[in-house]
Amino acid sequence: MDTAADKVALRRAAQGHFSAWRIDTPFQPRLAELSRTDDWYSWAGYRAPHSLRDEELEYFAIRSQAALFDISPMTKYRVEGPDAEAFLNRLTLRDVTKLNPGRVHYTAWCDDEGFVLDDGTLFRLSAERFRLCCQERHLPWLLDSAVGFQVSIDEETEQVAGLALQGPTSFAVLREAGFAGIEKLKVFDLAELDHEGGKVVISRTGFTGDLGYELFVERALALSLWDRLVKAGELRGIRAIGYTALNRARTEAGLIVANADFVTSEHAIRANRLRMPDEIGLGFMVDATKGHFNGRRAILEARTRGKLRHVLVGLEIEGNVPAEHAIVYHKKHKEIGLVSAALWSPMAKKNIAIASLERPFGDTISDDLWVEIYAMRELQYQKLMKRAKVVQRPFIKLDRRTANPPADF
Amino acid sequence: MKSWDAIIIGGGHNGLVNACYLQRAGLDVLVVEKNGWVGGAATSRELTPGFAYSNCSYVCSLFRPEIMRDLELPRFGLQVISYEGGAVLTRDGDYLANYRDHDAHRREFARFSKRDAEAYDRYARDVTRQCRFIQPLLMRTAPDPTSLKPRDLGELVYLAKKFGELSAAEISLMLRFWTMSISDFLDEYFETDVIKANFAISGIIGTALGPMSPGTAYVLLHHYMGEVDGSVGAWGYARGGMGAVTKALAASFEASGGTIRTGAEVERVLVKGGKAKGIVLAGGEEIYGKLVVSNADVKRTFLKLVDDKDLPDIFLRRVRNFKIRGSSGKVNIALDSLPEFPALPKNSPCYRGDLHFTDTVERMERAYDDWKAGRWSADPFLDMMIPTTLDPTMTAPGKHFMSCFVQYAPPKIEGREWTDADRDGFAESVISQIADYSPGFRERIVHMEVRTPRELEAEVGLTEGNIFQGELTFDQLLFNRPVPGYAQYRSPIGGLYMCGSSTHPGGGVMGAPGRNAAAEILRDLAKPRLHMSPAHDII
Repeated sequence: MDTAADKVALRRAAQGHFSAWRIDTPFQPRLAELSRTDDWYSWAGYRAPHSLRDEELEYFAIRSQAALFDISPMTKYRVEGPDAEAFLNRLTLRDVTKLNPGRVHYTAWCDDEGFVLDDGTLFRLSAERFRLCCQERHLPWLLDSAVGFQVSIDEETEQVAGLALQGPTSFAVLREAGFAGIEKLKVFDLAELDHEGGKVVISRTGFTGDLGYELFVERALALSLWDRLVKAGELRGIRAIGYTALNRARTEAGLIVANADFVTSEHAIRANRLRMPDEIGLGFMVDATKGHFNGRRAILEARTRGKLRHVLVGLEIEGNVPAEHAIVYHKKHKEIGLVSAALWSPMAKKNIAIASLERPFGDTISDDLWVEIYAMRELQYQKLMKRAKVVQRPFIKLDRRTANPPADF
Repeated sequence: MKSWDAIIIGGGHNGLVNACYLQRAGLDVLVVEKNGWVGGAATSRELTPGFAYSNCSYVCSLFRPEIMRDLELPRFGLQVISYEGGAVLTRDGDYLANYRDHDAHRREFARFSKRDAEAYDRYARDVTRQCRFIQPLLMRTAPDPTSLKPRDLGELVYLAKKFGELSAAEISLMLRFWTMSISDFLDEYFETDVIKANFAISGIIGTALGPMSPGTAYVLLHHYMGEVDGSVGAWGYARGGMGAVTKALAASFEASGGTIRTGAEVERVLVKGGKAKGIVLAGGEEIYGKLVVSNADVKRTFLKLVDDKDLPDIFLRRVRNFKIRGSSGKVNIALDSLPEFPALPKNSPCYRGDLHFTDTVERMERAYDDWKAGRWSADPFLDMMIPTTLDPTMTAPGKHFMSCFVQYAPPKIEGREWTDADRDGFAESVISQIADYSPGFRERIVHMEVRTPRELEAEVGLTEGNIFQGELTFDQLLFNRPVPGYAQYRSPIGGLYMCGSSTHPGGGVMGAPGRNAAAEILRDLAKPRLHMSPAHDII
């Protein structure tokens, strides 16, 4: 399939995509069967569920049983070649030479000025083969950055199906499903296991702060993988969930979402919305000792010259009303920032929030912080001014997440 | 003898906007229009029974929402409807569509190039950033950089402050953007010919430049800074055709007490002692006014309506040198039924958007080569739309009006005037291009109007048929539009003002020149401007 005519034929064969604005993930047949709420939204152009039956019960499935969440719409790139490690080390903030085959790390990458382009997870499938998962699209950036490296980069979002299996019984479900050796996976380990004559990559990772796994499989094997998990989880409370439940869990885990908690540099129209890693809580990733990586000079210069303007913090807020998108004040009148995610945490029994503040607030000045909450109750606002305290993220720490071997529940 | 407070020469959209604001400030205003109808280049005309033609301008995005609000245009019938993005039909039998949905748009581009599909966000970000800088400048009088008047200094400080808010990287991007060719600019983002051609369209429309000419990147911006009800960059159809804009303006003007005289061609401006005193109509009738505002382009105004002797030499020279080169024409077609394009699926939303056939930047540039040689393009670039797919008011159900904007068409054919035979040849180049992609197209044609630069100048009054009343190149923008020293709507003649697209911020059915000129006039008269509301709270 290389001649010009073949290319035109391929292109024309794909014309019909406009007949469905929202395309289906490989798991849509199962999701559609389970959905009672018909509550879909667009996740990067895919039809994805906000909820399937009941967002509250779906949240509790994450925390008490095993929740199955379709992550296929996540953008995925395959990075492969003798220089893959060197390329990714040059691209991202963390030291990729320390990421062994069979391991995953959470990382981020920046433009030349040190502003974050995206965060994501990097899977090292073998010495020369990686998968990069993220929220936004970066193919031009990746291809341009790869000039001079012996590496190939392919966007494989549609070809690879992804599932997150999260919750206290997730390990037991995978064991019941017959994935031998799954007990050996420590947090951020991955293994390539057999499934229906193909391979499934299972990693002990997730976006919930709980015990959990993520599974990636070629598109054709998606439904059989789903069925295998559901069958194995029948007696362990497995339940498919939508994004609302997951979003609660990720907030409790203190994890951030690109273009929800910060604006990615290729999307920010307003220059003052750009953020360096230190400004969104990702400063820990920056490895100043590993040699050159993109944005390094700008990031280090901002650090030494005190040019970091913002800070992302966890807040604990008095009362019980979630402070979603509330303005944060110092001494009740000076506006110093904005809450980007908030909820009453069922696990912590606290009113928690993730907020971006203007330094020095949240950095060297953390006393006398307030949030203004507008609580709409039957067409009337209750205006609340509540005290907020900067606290460490994650808001909850669950021993079962890291226990080795993992427990059955 | 009656002396009007203000006489507006020309009932185009800017003349009417200007007239409305002056009338609402309490002035007694007369609009004189040479045609038997108002509208200038924004008209809807029933040229054959049962078909309304948007026979000059044909889409709406730039028209300022604050003007629609201030002048209560919805009350007088103005409705603008957003349309779907269109498509470029390619010679290999495929097409590239522009869908309004972000992800569908990406998937469409991915059919051609995965890389280009994912490059769109950065492109959109960069262009939007430029729009955000330029948009607030539209509704402000450009400062005179040589003036020490507090107001000019204040405006310069405003500009400097806006500049100061930009990072070094943004300033360099901006300067590049204002001076680059659209082709070079797009090369920095995209690799696929048809995708580049798709965007380059906005860089050349109405401009006597090719996509490879410096300065065309800015022209693209000019087409991106409009909006439909807050959706920036979106384009729409005025319901009832573009005449709906000027019809509503005329109705608003008359409702506030203004007077319109159609069929009244102005022969010259009466000037006495360096001051405008009124106008003389073609029949010799003199009409007196305390001030005169010209909606005509700067060349027509000062080279035809005003005696050379009344004008300073350098000003006159600059007016003569003002670039207002004709580059385009219009072919307006009444159709018996909706044309079919076999390459485009029958249920494609692109039928309701703009259609194009020029699938490479190279082809656009070659079309421009013909213009340079003084010929219409053998393989022209068309911006073609069928507004009746969304607008039920223009034709009977099932019948259609098709508007084809055609580029390039020179103001003269190899140095001589256009002839009727030339015009027919020009039309044939258009029809045969469409027919190549749409079998049976010719059989659907009920009636056709062909407008070369000759007709646009003679009928609409646009010098050389230039749709922007002067090119939108950086040497003719901001405080250099139309000429240095006269960018604030005043002229060397006391009481004679300009309000057409020759002035800042330029052409398109925007209304901004008309409104800005009204603000300057009211300032000179020390009248309040409370009826002119600001544009946006947030950009």
